[in-house]
Amino acid sequence: MYSASAIDKATEFCFLLCHETSYNYKYSIRVPVTESNPHHCDPIIPLLLAMTIIPSKMMASTMLSLVSAALPLQENHKGKMNLGSSDCSSFLRKEKRNPFMKTKSFGRINMAIAVNTSRFEGVTMAPPDPILGVSEAFRADNSEMKLNLGVGAYRTEELQPYVLNVVKKAENLMLERGENKEYLPIEGLAAFNKVTAELLFGAGNPVIEQQRVATVQGLSGTGSLRLAAALIERYFPGAKVLISSPTWGNHKNIFNDARVPWSEYRYYDPKTVGLDFDGMISDIKAAPEGSFVLLHGCAHNPTGIDPTPEQWEKIADVIQEKNHIPFFDVAYQGFASGSLDADASSVRLFAARGMELLVAQSYSKNLGLYAERIGAINVVCSSADAAARVKSQLKRIARPMYSNPPIHGARIVANVVGDPALFNEWKEEMELMAGRIKNVRQKLFDSLSAKDKCGKDWSFILKQIGMFSFTGLSKVQSENMTNKWHVYMTKDGRISLAGLSLAKCEYLADAIIDSFHCVS
Amino acid sequence: MQRRRMMIKWARDTVRRRFMSTSAAAIDWWDHVGHAPKDPIMSVTEAFLSDTSPNKINLGVGAYRDDDGRPVVLQCVRDGEVKIAGTEFLESVSASVSSKLVEESVKLIYGKEADFIKEGRFAGVQALSGTGACRLFAEFQRRFYPQSRIYLPIPTWSNHHNIWRDAQVPGRTFHYYHPDSKGLHFAALMDDIKNAPDRSFFLLHPCAHNPTGVDPTEEQWREISNLFKVKNHFPFFDMAYQGFASGDLDKDAKAIRIFLEDGHLIGCAQSFAKNMGLYGHRVGCLSVLCVDAKQAVAIKSQLQHITRAMYSSPPVHGILLVSTILSDPHLKELWKKELKVMANRIHRMRSTLHESLKKLGSPLNWDHMTNQVGMFCFSGLSPDQVNRLVKEFHIYMTYDGRISMAGVTTSNVSYLANAIHEVTKFG
Repeated sequence: MYSASAIDKATEFCFLLCHETSYNYKYSIRVPVTESNPHHCDPIIPLLLAMTIIPSKMMASTMLSLVSAALPLQENHKGKMNLGSSDCSSFLRKEKRNPFMKTKSFGRINMAIAVNTSRFEGVTMAPPDPILGVSEAFRADNSEMKLNLGVGAYRTEELQPYVLNVVKKAENLMLERGENKEYLPIEGLAAFNKVTAELLFGAGNPVIEQQRVATVQGLSGTGSLRLAAALIERYFPGAKVLISSPTWGNHKNIFNDARVPWSEYRYYDPKTVGLDFDGMISDIKAAPEGSFVLLHGCAHNPTGIDPTPEQWEKIADVIQEKNHIPFFDVAYQGFASGSLDADASSVRLFAARGMELLVAQSYSKNLGLYAERIGAINVVCSSADAAARVKSQLKRIARPMYSNPPIHGARIVANVVGDPALFNEWKEEMELMAGRIKNVRQKLFDSLSAKDKCGKDWSFILKQIGMFSFTGLSKVQSENMTNKWHVYMTKDGRISLAGLSLAKCEYLADAIIDSFHCVS
Repeated sequence: MQRRRMMIKWARDTVRRRFMSTSAAAIDWWDHVGHAPKDPIMSVTEAFLSDTSPNKINLGVGAYRDDDGRPVVLQCVRDGEVKIAGTEFLESVSASVSSKLVEESVKLIYGKEADFIKEGRFAGVQALSGTGACRLFAEFQRRFYPQSRIYLPIPTWSNHHNIWRDAQVPGRTFHYYHPDSKGLHFAALMDDIKNAPDRSFFLLHPCAHNPTGVDPTEEQWREISNLFKVKNHFPFFDMAYQGFASGDLDKDAKAIRIFLEDGHLIGCAQSFAKNMGLYGHRVGCLSVLCVDAKQAVAIKSQLQHITRAMYSSPPVHGILLVSTILSDPHLKELWKKELKVMANRIHRMRSTLHESLKKLGSPLNWDHMTNQVGMFCFSGLSPDQVNRLVKEFHIYMTYDGRISMAGVTTSNVSYLANAIHEVTKFG
């Protein structure tokens, strides 16, 4: 395969590896010694040793690649390679490294070999998160005009993050009380679980009175969805989850990691920039019986397009007909319309029909508790006994994930929702936040309609609801928004209105019109 | 078998549902979902809470109690809370806060002068306390070594088995505790390490082994490390009690530092639940040592990828607390003092209980009570004896005879000694 001189060079190189002490890791290795000179290690032996005794394919091929890579190296360097030469060490750093296996002991010399042994050589960079990556790019931009419409996090008119007053008050109360920091039970803070279920279903709802809801505190929406996904994987092996096209990007990651198969149902109609209702219904109908249908309770992410009440009824009809199970993701209760009750009407409609359902909740947006990771998974069952059993299994899933959930956010929610004065104050703040978004939508619509000479219908901006708007801009057009106008958004054409101020609406309108009409 | 039964039942139910009227009341989807077995450790506390006896003692969960039997919030934590009150921060834990926590956490374990910290040759991420850190590593192990197994000591914290199982990494065991000597079964331990296939993944408790309190000596750790080198095993440390074993943070990290000197590229789960009393905040750290900074970046990205699909980002409050305390010299000193106080109280209770049992004329040898280290004592009590303690004396502990010394106080130690003597005096 290789010439004798090439092998000599290669073994010389391996010998260099033996002596290279640029790393602090030392391993002892026993190597065969020659009779004539017991202190001279025949240089060919380490190479042959490595090539023959390394068992795994990966290492063998890496070894070969080391050898073959050594060949061009010798081409570039006429003459001998120097001990500790920088080229040699940079080569070492570039190539994958093998642990030299020591499965047999041959001889009598203990040679200290500098070995770079990492178990995880083959680990490559994970793909960057598309949504969080937008904020990173925004931070790196120095333009004065820049606008971050990426992450769905609420900003004030001054484009500052907003800590709700009720949250500050609750935290002060907690600081004064100086409560302990003991472990919560696996299912979470009891006071929190009680108020979160009541907030979702309404305090007097039969599902609560009959104790048919299994509620377990989770780490915001993501954590709650993951608990549910694990439950599905364990108890409904092979069952599919149907997710809308498009949906929040992390939904797919969650179900993939939980090993739950999923498929998509049509949702967004680019032609109308609205709901493809017929497509949605027929896809749900076509799915195998007993599938889980993931629905956004309100303020669909990323499109902002919600079904009407009549459409919700029809969706419930087809789900019942096909014996599917509805699985709601409620991340924006209160943020869509400004009313906590109105935003829960889709979930309540299904519950009122006596259906069993799953609901994941998040307090990241509506209480601004993004960083505290507070949410819940609720499973509405047909009986209190079933709910008790399901709750016990959810706990069993949570215990080997994180043992018990974090207290701080749970206490804040329990204090705010459980105290009538704070609760009312929260409702007011909620209306203000949702109200600001509605005003921004109106201003953006007005600006677009006024500036756009082509007569495009921009009314979808008013029809859409919640933090996000699907503009209908393509990937290329979205890139133009960023590259030319320093407007940061996700490539699917989604803008977060929570990051838009009234003052910037005109600028944004200009950017959208330019991207829409002048870029294809 | 169980799973197949479940699938058959589910299939049958699905077929059954086809023929049910759609206007019927709620279909029972969850019929085939049974009651999960109670968690052996958490259920002790639950039973304790519902007991109305005035003499009841909770020796179940390893959560520290002061000499009045009350949970403790450390002063350094209270001061930290005041310091961070009103801190406003962006949506997810800001990069600077996270990296501060990770930086300070790894310095604690590895020593602040460790080379690879300076050179960035480690991948560190915050985790949901020790459990979260172990689970994160288990998922990572599965992803990159799908055929591998985890070797767990006999016995170990019961949740270790659950964690690796749910991550779909099969568990194996190795000998650790010697029930006769109530100490370390060193020969069997070394044999098991030797007989395991090369390049196996091992979980080790660096100090204050849970549940036995039995730790290898320094010499024994050196031999273990050496054998690991020969076998090329991957050492994964679960450090849940740093500072709690001896009262000294560096001393408690000795085992890990020995492995580092020997050149192992280890993984380590770290928890601030016990040593900072931040149980409910779920603050911890996972670190994996790497060959170079580039690999560290790649591994970190993979770990974050796993967390993104589990809970997106960790809760900020605890992280802010820990990074504030560790980076403020005054608060850090205060913390070290308070750690010593906690560790000393545990030592005192061990000696007191030991003395009391001797004074009562117990026929058994209770030396292990003071030989063992950390929060837990593996008493050697049988399940029957434990049952008697629960039923007759309202003393709660796990059925493996594990006593959480943190639950022993000056006022209950005599009662406890008497009760133990009662159930063991006849052997």
